[in-house]
Amino acid sequence: MSTTRKFFCTVALLAILLVAMPVPNPSTAQEVPNCGTEPITLNAYFETGFDLPFKLAEEFARQYPNVTWDIKQDQFTNLINSTPRLLSGDNPPDLIRLPTMVSFAKQGLLKNLDEYAAAFGWNEWPVPQINQNRVAEDSTRGSGSLYAMGLNYSLTGVFYNKELAAQIGMTEPPKTLAEFDEVLARAKEAGLLPIMMWGSAKSGMGLAFPLQNLMAAYGPVEPINDWIFQKPGATIDTPTNLLAAQHLQRWIESGYFPPDINAIEYTDANARFVEGEGVFIFNGDWENARYDTKPGKFGFFLMPPLEAGGSPAAMSAPLTFGIAARAKHADCAAFFLNWVATDETARQINVTVGGSNPGGPAGLPMPSVAPDSVTNETLAAGVVIGEAGTAMDFIANATSAIFAQGWTPELQKMVAGKQDAAGLLKAVQEEYERQLAE
Amino acid sequence: MRQAQEATCACHLMVLKMMRSDDRSAAPAFSWWIALSKAIRRETLIGWLFVLPALTMYAVFVLVPFLLSVRYSFYRWDGIGPMTWVGFKNYRTVLEVPNLLETIYNAFRLVAYFSFIPVTLGLVVASVMYRVATGSFGAAARTVLFLPQVIPLVAAGIIWGWLLALPGLINEILRAVGLGSVTRAWLGDFDWALPSVGLIGIWVLLGFCTVLLWTGMTKLDPALYESARIDGAGWFTEFIKITVPLLRHEIGVCLTVTVTAALAAFDIVYVATAGGPGNATAVPGIQIYILAFTQQRIGLASALAVMLMILVLVVILPIQRLSRETTL
Repeated sequence: MSTTRKFFCTVALLAILLVAMPVPNPSTAQEVPNCGTEPITLNAYFETGFDLPFKLAEEFARQYPNVTWDIKQDQFTNLINSTPRLLSGDNPPDLIRLPTMVSFAKQGLLKNLDEYAAAFGWNEWPVPQINQNRVAEDSTRGSGSLYAMGLNYSLTGVFYNKELAAQIGMTEPPKTLAEFDEVLARAKEAGLLPIMMWGSAKSGMGLAFPLQNLMAAYGPVEPINDWIFQKPGATIDTPTNLLAAQHLQRWIESGYFPPDINAIEYTDANARFVEGEGVFIFNGDWENARYDTKPGKFGFFLMPPLEAGGSPAAMSAPLTFGIAARAKHADCAAFFLNWVATDETARQINVTVGGSNPGGPAGLPMPSVAPDSVTNETLAAGVVIGEAGTAMDFIANATSAIFAQGWTPELQKMVAGKQDAAGLLKAVQEEYERQLAE
Repeated sequence: MRQAQEATCACHLMVLKMMRSDDRSAAPAFSWWIALSKAIRRETLIGWLFVLPALTMYAVFVLVPFLLSVRYSFYRWDGIGPMTWVGFKNYRTVLEVPNLLETIYNAFRLVAYFSFIPVTLGLVVASVMYRVATGSFGAAARTVLFLPQVIPLVAAGIIWGWLLALPGLINEILRAVGLGSVTRAWLGDFDWALPSVGLIGIWVLLGFCTVLLWTGMTKLDPALYESARIDGAGWFTEFIKITVPLLRHEIGVCLTVTVTAALAAFDIVYVATAGGPGNATAVPGIQIYILAFTQQRIGLASALAVMLMILVLVVILPIQRLSRETTL
């Protein structure tokens, strides 16, 4: 290569680099936020009973030895009640598991993560991951500024006991709702419990899972998300949702759920399902680790669509973590949130311990899992949902108390024959409007 | 934040406090001041100094939260942001929203289980114990009955949850004796959840009532029973004519504590059903908790708490009055 060509190449390269490089902003340093090299203690609040954040924190401290963790933990229900005080208190957490976020964002208790999103390139990640954590000026979710990040992205659907399914002649997952109905009827005829579910007010009513799945089978997911994100004028009382609620009522009346469902707690329902009671259970991939203790025994499928060839839909929510507005080490906490989704070891821990999709930039390789594990099936299903764009948040998360004051009591009434499909949707919508009016 | 709930506790404590302060006879203030010599005044000062630590604690943890609750009840407030004056709107909301009123109705139904049954049963058990089980057997029986007061209620709630579940022990016993048709998930049944919670309440409070009433009985003059027996009175007549009237004060205390426990119930209900199914066992205590902590509606929660306190006082004051009237 001649010197002239070399010169031109260099100039061209420099020119490209100059054009491609963002104009430096004199007020902010260009360095990506990080944990520095000085000793630093991250103040964190995690949820009791879920190992994943603890394991990730451990690995993070191993990779970045200047970081030590001061982790406090509490039950999820207690976190719901104590988060406002923790965020507004004297020692605001650098990282906290957020049960809900809209009110905290509105009250200015959560750090706006827009700058971090720009610095780390989170805005380029697949949209559904990030959108659920955005809060707009008018306090609706789904768009606006970013206030939290997911440690991972859970997926819900139908888990089934392969042995019992084979017993009733189900060799492959149903492809339509009608096929699913047929299998359920066969299970009932065979004297098996078709669907194991929980419904005690202490855990919250689990029938909200099949109900929302039925809603997404009968109608599009957008209106459901609009309702959850509190878009103005959104209603849950729609014609297709009525069909879904009526379908659920038929399932209840056909005796597809345990007769004592109103007294069953979440942990008991799962224990009974793992022990072999019930052919199906509607649940999320956060239980994968437990199902995978008996490899090959349990399978997973997405709730089948109404028509053959339709897109299945699923509730898929981020395991939400936020940073307090007045956190001392916000940069390091943001760096941790980015690390979780992008570091290879972290992603592997995420899948092995948490069982859910670790998210992150599109195109990063998925960590390896055992081929006969239920985790393998849920991860594959997550890809289907991602491609179809049919992910929903959970109807129980629409307001902080809609689950406790709306869905749970009204669905319990439906189980007892004291409420019908139309009344259920009407009552929940009224409660929703009452809560939003505050 | 915690005020709303503390107000519930506050009414409980205030009732107890009133019971104590009422015991003292009020001396005429006028003559008292005239007769006050320097030495006595000094004594009074010392007395106040002794009371001061307790009084400070009482003021800080009971009176101040109580007054704050009353104040919050007139505002719309999320516990963090600015407060908005709304006058009596929160009180109107309590009266208008059917779910909130229903909780008060449930609380009164609980009174039957938490109060009347334990007190009545406690009287009978204590009286039997007093007559037939005087030695170590009696002590053992009292300990067994009192144990529920010592066991952490959360643990007890979980065990009761298992016992009352569809596959639980109580249903197994029913099936074993041929009553399989009445088995059900007791805590998940709309009609039976409240009585089942009531049963747990009886279990918790029976020991307390029994021990208190038994202590009262041991202080009664045996001569009264002796003379009654000479007059030919049977066990039942003795019980009705002597024991019950003489235990008026103890029964008053039992009723006060148990009725307050029923109306301001939170823990037993929370660990057993959390208010479900539907709102079949929702009581004001649970509702205040959800409103204040889950919904961050401190104003409305405080209004319900203040109304609950007034309600407890309205029920308790006549009981106090009745138990204090002396007939002997």
